[in-house]
Formats: sequence, structure tokens, C-alpha cells
Amino acid sequence: METIYLLIVLAPLLGAIVAGLFGGRIGRGASHWVTSSGVGLSALLSLYVLFGFVTGGLEVFNGAVYTWMVSDGLRMEIGFLVDQLTAVMLVVVTFVSFCVHIYTIGYMAHDEENWPGESLAGSNSYQRFFAYISLFTFSMLMLVMSNNFMQLFFGWEAVGLVSYLLIGFWSVRETAIFANLKAFLVNRVGDFGFILGIGAVAMYFGSIDYAEVFARAPELANTQINVWGDESWSLMTLICVLLFIGAMGKSAQVPLHVWLPDSMEGPTPISALIHAATMVTAGVFMVARMSPLYELSETALTFVLVIGATTALFTGLIGIVQNDIKRVVAYSTLSQLGYMMVALGVSAYAAGIFHLMTHAFFKALLFLAAGSVIIGMHHDQDIRNMGGIKKYMPVTYWTSLLGSLALIGFPGFSGFFSKDAIIEAVHFSTIAGSGYAYFAVLAGVFITALYSFRMFFLVFHGTGPRDEHAKAHLHESPKVVTVPLVLLAIPSVLIGFFTMEGMLFGEWFRDVLFVLPQHDTLARLGEGVHGPVSMVAHGFAGFALYFAAAGVFAAWYIYMKRPEIAERIKSRFGIVHRILDKKYFFDELYQALFAGGSRGIGKLLWSLGDRILIDGLIINGSAKAVGVVAGWARNIQTGMLYHYAIAMILGLLLLLTWFVI
Amino acid sequence: MQFEMSSLMPVLPEIFILSAACVVLVVDLFLKEERRVVSYGMAQISLLLAVLVTLFTATGERQILFDGSVVRDAMSDVLKIAVYLISAGAFLYAKDYLRDRDIFKGEFYVLGLFAVLGMMVMISANSFLTIYLGLELLALSLYALVAFNRDSVQGSEAAMKYFVLGALASGMLLYGISMVYGATGSIEFGAVSQALANSGVDKRVLVFGLVFVVIGMAFKFGAVPFHMWVPDVYHGAPTAVTLFIGSTPKIAAFALAMRMLVDGLGVLHADWQGMLVILAVLSMGVGNLVAIAQANIKRMLAYSTISHVGFILLGILAGTGKGYTAAMFYSIVYAAMALGGFGIVMLLSRKGFEAERLDDYKGLNERSPWFAGMMLLLMFSMAGVPPTVGFFAKMFVLEAVVSVDMTWLALVGVFFSIIGAFYYLRIVKLMYFDKPVDETPLSAGLDTQVVLSVNGLAMLVLGLFPAGLLSICAAAVG
Repeated sequence: METIYLLIVLAPLLGAIVAGLFGGRIGRGASHWVTSSGVGLSALLSLYVLFGFVTGGLEVFNGAVYTWMVSDGLRMEIGFLVDQLTAVMLVVVTFVSFCVHIYTIGYMAHDEENWPGESLAGSNSYQRFFAYISLFTFSMLMLVMSNNFMQLFFGWEAVGLVSYLLIGFWSVRETAIFANLKAFLVNRVGDFGFILGIGAVAMYFGSIDYAEVFARAPELANTQINVWGDESWSLMTLICVLLFIGAMGKSAQVPLHVWLPDSMEGPTPISALIHAATMVTAGVFMVARMSPLYELSETALTFVLVIGATTALFTGLIGIVQNDIKRVVAYSTLSQLGYMMVALGVSAYAAGIFHLMTHAFFKALLFLAAGSVIIGMHHDQDIRNMGGIKKYMPVTYWTSLLGSLALIGFPGFSGFFSKDAIIEAVHFSTIAGSGYAYFAVLAGVFITALYSFRMFFLVFHGTGPRDEHAKAHLHESPKVVTVPLVLLAIPSVLIGFFTMEGMLFGEWFRDVLFVLPQHDTLARLGEGVHGPVSMVAHGFAGFALYFAAAGVFAAWYIYMKRPEIAERIKSRFGIVHRILDKKYFFDELYQALFAGGSRGIGKLLWSLGDRILIDGLIINGSAKAVGVVAGWARNIQTGMLYHYAIAMILGLLLLLTWFVI
Repeated sequence: MQFEMSSLMPVLPEIFILSAACVVLVVDLFLKEERRVVSYGMAQISLLLAVLVTLFTATGERQILFDGSVVRDAMSDVLKIAVYLISAGAFLYAKDYLRDRDIFKGEFYVLGLFAVLGMMVMISANSFLTIYLGLELLALSLYALVAFNRDSVQGSEAAMKYFVLGALASGMLLYGISMVYGATGSIEFGAVSQALANSGVDKRVLVFGLVFVVIGMAFKFGAVPFHMWVPDVYHGAPTAVTLFIGSTPKIAAFALAMRMLVDGLGVLHADWQGMLVILAVLSMGVGNLVAIAQANIKRMLAYSTISHVGFILLGILAGTGKGYTAAMFYSIVYAAMALGGFGIVMLLSRKGFEAERLDDYKGLNERSPWFAGMMLLLMFSMAGVPPTVGFFAKMFVLEAVVSVDMTWLALVGVFFSIIGAFYYLRIVKLMYFDKPVDETPLSAGLDTQVVLSVNGLAMLVLGLFPAGLLSICAAAVG
């Protein structure tokens, strides 16, 4: 089995290397073939692994592949931990990645148009793009298959790096460069917490291996430590909160969410792959993987819960006022990530992972559908310019409808099961903050429906594009674009129905996710639910469904039936609209405070410390001194033989007087 | 003294090289001018065969022969093989250079082989007399080699200086040896060492002699203040000879120090440690500082040698197995680095043109990216930039010094190597960031190109996998 696991990881890497280093030589066709088949192979093998776990034919694998180094007893290894959780993630990552690879063939087909003619970076950009997405797949697989914190960190940083490269893929665009820098810097803040967390683990557990750390966790559950002063902190809370700060960066939770909407500057396929389906879920995956630690700190769980709930509600609100088709989906992603975090906060890890999986499918679908619309609209992304696209792009229309229904939780669709499970789990939870979270997730349902269908109606229904020229060129996207849409639509609709029982209430995660009995909200939910049909029936008894319906109706009424209402609300509640439009002024705050502040400090240090002290005194001063000494010393070398002999004699005398007398 | 076959076997490498040198000398007499390459080929083959001979006669045990005059042990085998290989590289690089200047003569290789023999004798010496014999054989060959281009005034002048100062140093060494003999009654290292261990030896006479012995050794190394000959000889000699002088004799000098100071006068470690500290600090300081002021690359490399010698001395003065291992590693690595560095100098030179000025390296990257890359590796290695092997050589030495609680000395070493990094990196800067002054394409034989590439890449490969060579050195030091 080890060979199979290695193949899963290495096939995309190989593709990335071939396409990245030799892309120019082997050409475009060969590049997309080699990368797609590498990821395709990974996807097939991942499915094989998943079925192995489903049928019970596979054992959990936990072992080192390579020992990198042993330092002070700390073993640093490359190792794999493949269990049910990993298997789910493997399939999600490789399947979505495979669809995105195929879709990219169509989406990037005319990429040379996006570069100025003389740009050197524009040459072989097509091949480079494939190399990047394959490299991303490799990094993400390393992250989810890791059995230790070091490799987790490697994957964590590697996905961050590739994300950086891809957001700024069109490196000749100012906005893209700004966005990728922003993503990188904001993630740095999160990663700072993350590495401190890993450091704390290494320090107190003496190991960075998951199994060893988890085994020792109960012993250290009540350890108190002094970080500074006499303040005593619970070790578990500290570790969990620090690790979660890393997750907040990667999974774009408030207040570190600001990079995700900007990251839409990247090409759409990667928005689907990285900024919707996989990388941003790394934080969710990590917290679920660390459930044995998080369960030991209720404070940390509350922290997770409150942050998640805040993200779920408030970023959804922003989605209502956005006009860029990709940004609406981006804010929806933020909001859904908040839902996942909420699930983790109430110890419903299984529900969080379940939502991660269903969300990966329907959000990738929505993004790719948005990309398809963008292709049709010749890279115009403003939804106010769209409308009536339904009749031109039927496949895109129907798959978007399915995706949107899944997103808002239409009964029976995959999103329904995952979202409803989260809402119910919050309802049953008793930890601090669960009341607020319950309100946030319920209100979020209405908002999700509102922004999703606002966009849906504005794009596909209504009168049609205002621009006659655009209208004339509208047509359905090519097969390489629509086939992935259909491929993704199938699990978006069906996967919840077939897997919910096993994943949420069954045996599937029993030995993988650790939940204390007093936190086990899903078990309490499970008492009332027997199978998907009963869950649907159960759904009709709750509020969520009606909120969603109300949201859809409101979207239809406000934006289709009586568009003037939208205008009136906008003028009546100008302040609210402005606050939402400006995203609560987070960007402005960070820009002024952190970016401006650090630039100010930097400038001060540069002028005082660098230019005067270091450059002036130390660097140039010492260089000058060395130069003077050197110039003086070389004069000793006169070329005269007797001077040389004298030097030797003097040396002799020096040694003699020093050592003999 | 009895000569039996069994006692001749261990010295077979020496016998082989001696015979080879004589054969080359005789054959060369009967060669026509245009077939001179035969002597070259024979010299190369003898060096490569010597590797095999040394390997096949190696037993791994310490054998002392001829009434204690000669020793054959693991260290001598490793050092000799390093000497053969690096000398072979030097001969190879020298070939085109000599031919272009019409001094492609058999004598070069004969003298070279005798120099190799001298080094072998030094490496295997077990008494002061043997070591002196080896030293003189090496030195006489080198004097002649420096003056090899008889038409060059600079060369003759350098040879003259070298000869006079060398004679002075030899005199001091002999005087020191006589003092040691007077105090201990023996010139054989084992016996000297034993006599020193017994009390009743006049310490003052011994230390007095030790000073002279150390000076003899310091001259050979080119340690400050006995370094004055180094820049002039490096500069004055034909580059092919500079290359040879600058590389392998450092290995022999290391052996010289190990045999005399460790094998023979090991008991006086506390005394010679202090002397070596002075020499090392002065060498690192003067070498690195003055190298900065040089505009001629041969002189610059000469001062760089002096600074590297300081590092080798650091390893030796630590006085522990770890230190000796580090010093041995350093001297072998240094010889290889110097070989490559001068190899590039010769690569850039051509008939009627010596690439001696730093300006000649401007824009090398545009003329030949590959060899600019090789020079980059060599310069990085000399400066001690990881992951090249030069970094590990420095690190092992510093580690050894720190482990005997002489941290301040390690700091001095680091300080001066930072200063030294400047002039190595200046070459890199000239190669990559400046416009070429000279656009003539490089011409070199395929053999030179291949070996030079191997030489350059070895800096990187040995740097990535330093453990192999290090464990060989550790085993050899024992």
C-alpha cells in the first residue's frame, strides 16, 4: 500500500516538474496531458483507497517513509497517516483537481491574449499554469497525508506558496500583484501563530508525530504554563488557539479573511481549486485532525465557534452587495468556511468535514460555472452587465442551478444534509457562545439564499446583456469546460444523500475523530435521525428550510420582480450599504494601520538604522578601514629579498622571545 | 640495514614513481619535439598507476620500516592518493598552457614527478632526516620549475628569491633538528617521542629547537611572517607551475606538520600550540587583508593561500583527533580548490595573453556561462559559502577549535573569513555583473574542459555529501 500512497503524492509532482521545467520544450499539449494524467492517476488511486476503507479491506496506515533528521531526540520524518479522514480528503482534492485540470484546458486556451506581446513572463504561461496547479495538488496531498507536524507545516506553506504564485499569475497586472502580496502577508500573520503552536507542541510533547502527541495529550490536559509574567495559561488552550490562528489565515476567517476576495484576481480555475474547494479547507481539516487536542480545551473550542459564526454571518452579508460574479462566490466561500468552523467549535467534527466535502463539490462547480459565464462574456465579470444568459448557455445554467440549490441547502441536495447537520449540532451544543452561533448560522441561511439567487437571477434571467456586441458572441463554452461542470454537478446533488448516514452518525470517523461524550452533539442529533429520508423530514420541522426559501423568494422579488426596491433600499440604508460595500472597512484599517505602520517603522529603521548606522558606520566604515589596512600592509611586500629575510628573522626572534625566554 | 622483499613492498609506490620519473627522463631524450605529448602521457599514466599500486599495497596497518626511517599507515595512503590525483589534474591543465608558450618540455613532467616523489617521502617519513630529504627533493624540484620559462625575467627572479629564502628556512629547520637530537639523542620520531615522555630532558633546549622546527614548517606552508616568498613566486612562476606549487605541496606540508609535531614532538603540544596560534592568526589576518588590495589574480590567490594555511594550522593546533581530521580534510579540499581556481586562470589565458588581471574576468558569464558557473562554485567554496565543500572544511576546523575551548580563536577565524569573502565574491561580481572587456572565445581541449568541470562540480558534490571524505580522513588520522 505504501507504494500506492507514494504514487498518489508523487504523480502530480512529476507532472508539475515535467510541465514546469520542460514545458517550453514539450509544448502545450504534452504539458496538459502529463499533468492531467498525473492527477488523474492520483484520483483513481484515491478512489481505490476510499473504497478500500468503505469495504473494510484497508487498514489505517501510519508510518514513516523517510527520516529527514533526528535532532535532540526530535525525529523529523516524511510520513503518511492514511485513515478514513485522509481518504475523504484525498478523493475530494484529487477529484476536484482533476476536473479543474480538464477545465483549464478550455479556460486558458487563449491565455496569450492576457499578456502584453513583449512580456517574457507570457511565454509558456499555459504550461506554467499547469505546472502550478499540479504542484498545488502535490502540496495539498502532502498536507492531508502527513502524519506529523513538520510535514503538515511543509504542505501548509507549500500550498500557500503556490496560491501566491497563482493569484499573481497574471503578473503584469497591478491588481494581481497587490492581491498576491496581500494574501501572502495576511497568511504570514496566521502562519506565525501556526509555527508557534507547532513549536509549543514540540517543546512540551517532545515529539511532532501525531500519534505520539495525541497519546500524550490527556496527561498534559491540565498543564499550566507561564508565557510571560505570572499569568498562567492552560497549555492545551494555548496550543489550540495558536494552531487555530494558522487555520484562520489559511481558511480566511475573520479578521484574517481579507485576502480571499482579492485572490479572485487569479484565473478562475484556481479560484475554484484553491480558493474554494481545497486549500482554504486546510484549516478545517487541520482542526479536525487535531480533535484530540481541541477536545481538551473548551476555551479553544469557544474561540473557534465564535470566530466561525462571525465569519459565517458577516461575510455573507457582504456577498449581497457585490457585483463581481467571482467576488460573490468568494464571499459565499468565506461564509461557508465559517459554517465549517462553527461545526468544529461545537465538536461536530464529522459535520465540519462533511460540509467541507459537499462544499468542495458545489463550490468548485459554482466557480467553474462562473468561469464559464466569464468566458462567454469575454472576461467581463460584472453581473450588472449580464442577464438572460440562460438561453445561450444551457449547460452552464442548469449546472449553476444545481450548484446554487446545493449551496442554499435545498432538501435532498448534498448541501442540505451538511448544513442542516451543522445547524442542528449548534442547537444541541451547550458550550459558551453556542447561542450566538445558532443565531448566526440561522440568519446565514437566509443570507446565503439571498445572495446566491440574487446572482443567479441577475446572471441567467432578466432581459439580457445590455451590450449588443457581447450578446452576439454569447454561446455555450466548449466541452472541456462543460464536462467538468457536469462531473461536479453529480456529487453536488447526490453525495450527501448517500454518505450522510455513515459520515455523520456512523462508524466512518469513529476511530479518527475524537469527541468527548459531553461534547458529542452529533450523537444527540443522531438519536432523532434515521437515514437521509428522515433527515429531510426532520428538515421540514426546523426553521432553516423556510429561511432558505424566504431568501430565494426575496431575491426573486427584489431583483427580478421589482428592481426598484433594490434601488430604494440602497438609498434608504445608504450607510449600511456603504459599510457592506467597503467590507466593514477592514481593508482600509489594515492598509492604514499595519501596512502604513510597518512602512513607517521600516522607513525609520532604514534611514536611521540602515543608512546611517549599518551602511554608513559598519559597512562602509569597516570596508574603508579594511581597505586602508590592506593598502598599508601590501607595502611590506617590497620585492626586496633582504626585506623578506629580515621578516623571517624577526619572526624567529618573536617566537624565540615569546616561548623560550 | 637489510633489504628484503617484504620490507620493499610497503615503499613500492615510492619506488614506482622514482622509476617512472627516470623512465620519462630517458624516453624524453629520444623524442622528437612534436611527440613531446608521449612524456606527458607517460607521466599521467604513472600517476594513475601509482594510485593502483598504493591501493594494492595498502594494508591499513601502521608499518615502520628501515630502522624507523619510513612509516606506512592509512594517513600516508590517503594523502599520497590525493597528491597523485591532484598532481595529475595539474599536469593536465598545464599541457595546453605550456604548449602555447613553447615550453612544453619533458623536464616539466620529470621535475613534477620528482616533486611528487619528494612529497611522498615527506608523507611517509618517520624520522627528521627522512623528512628533510623529502623536503629538499620537493623544494629543489620546485625551484627549477619556477624558473622553468628561462626567458622570463620575472620567473628567474622569483626562483632566486624562493631558493635563497628556502635555503635559509632549511638551515633553520636543520638547526632545530640538531637541537632536538641533542636533547633526546635520536632523530627517529618514535624514539624522540619516547625520550620526551621520560623526564630528565632539558626542556629549554627542546623548546629552543622546536621554534626552529616550527619555522621550517611554517616556511613550507607559507604562514605569516614566513610567507614573503609566496606572492612573488606565485606571481613570477608560469601559471602552470603556480598551479602545481599552490595545490599539492599544501598536502605535503600538512603531512610535514603531522609527522614532526604530532608523531615526533607530540608531548610538547602545549608549546607548539602557542606558536601555531600566532602563525594562524597572523596568516588569516594578513592573507585576507592584503588579498583585497591585489589587482592580479595570481597574487590574490597567493594571499588567499596564506589565509587558508591559517585555517589548516587551526585544525592542527587543536591537538585532537577531530582537529587533525579537520585539518586533513581542509588541506585536501584546499588543494582541489586551488587546482580548479588556477585551472580557470589557465583556461582564460592563451598564447601571448595571461589572464592575470582581475579585469580579465569581467563578463565571463557572457563568454562562457558554464565555466563562469564553475568559477562561481570554486570561489564560493574558497569563501566558505554553503553548500559548497569549502563551508564544511571551515566548519569542521572551527568545530575542532571550539571543542578545545578556544572559542576566541574560532571567532577570529570567522571574522577574517568574512573579510576574505569580499575578494572571492568580487570575482563573482565581475564575472556576472560587468561587461566583458575581452571577447575572445575560450579555447581549451576537451580533456581540460571535462576535468575542470568535474573539478568545479566536485566542490558542490563534496559539499552536499561531505561525510564520505570526512570519514576517510577520520579513519586515516585514527
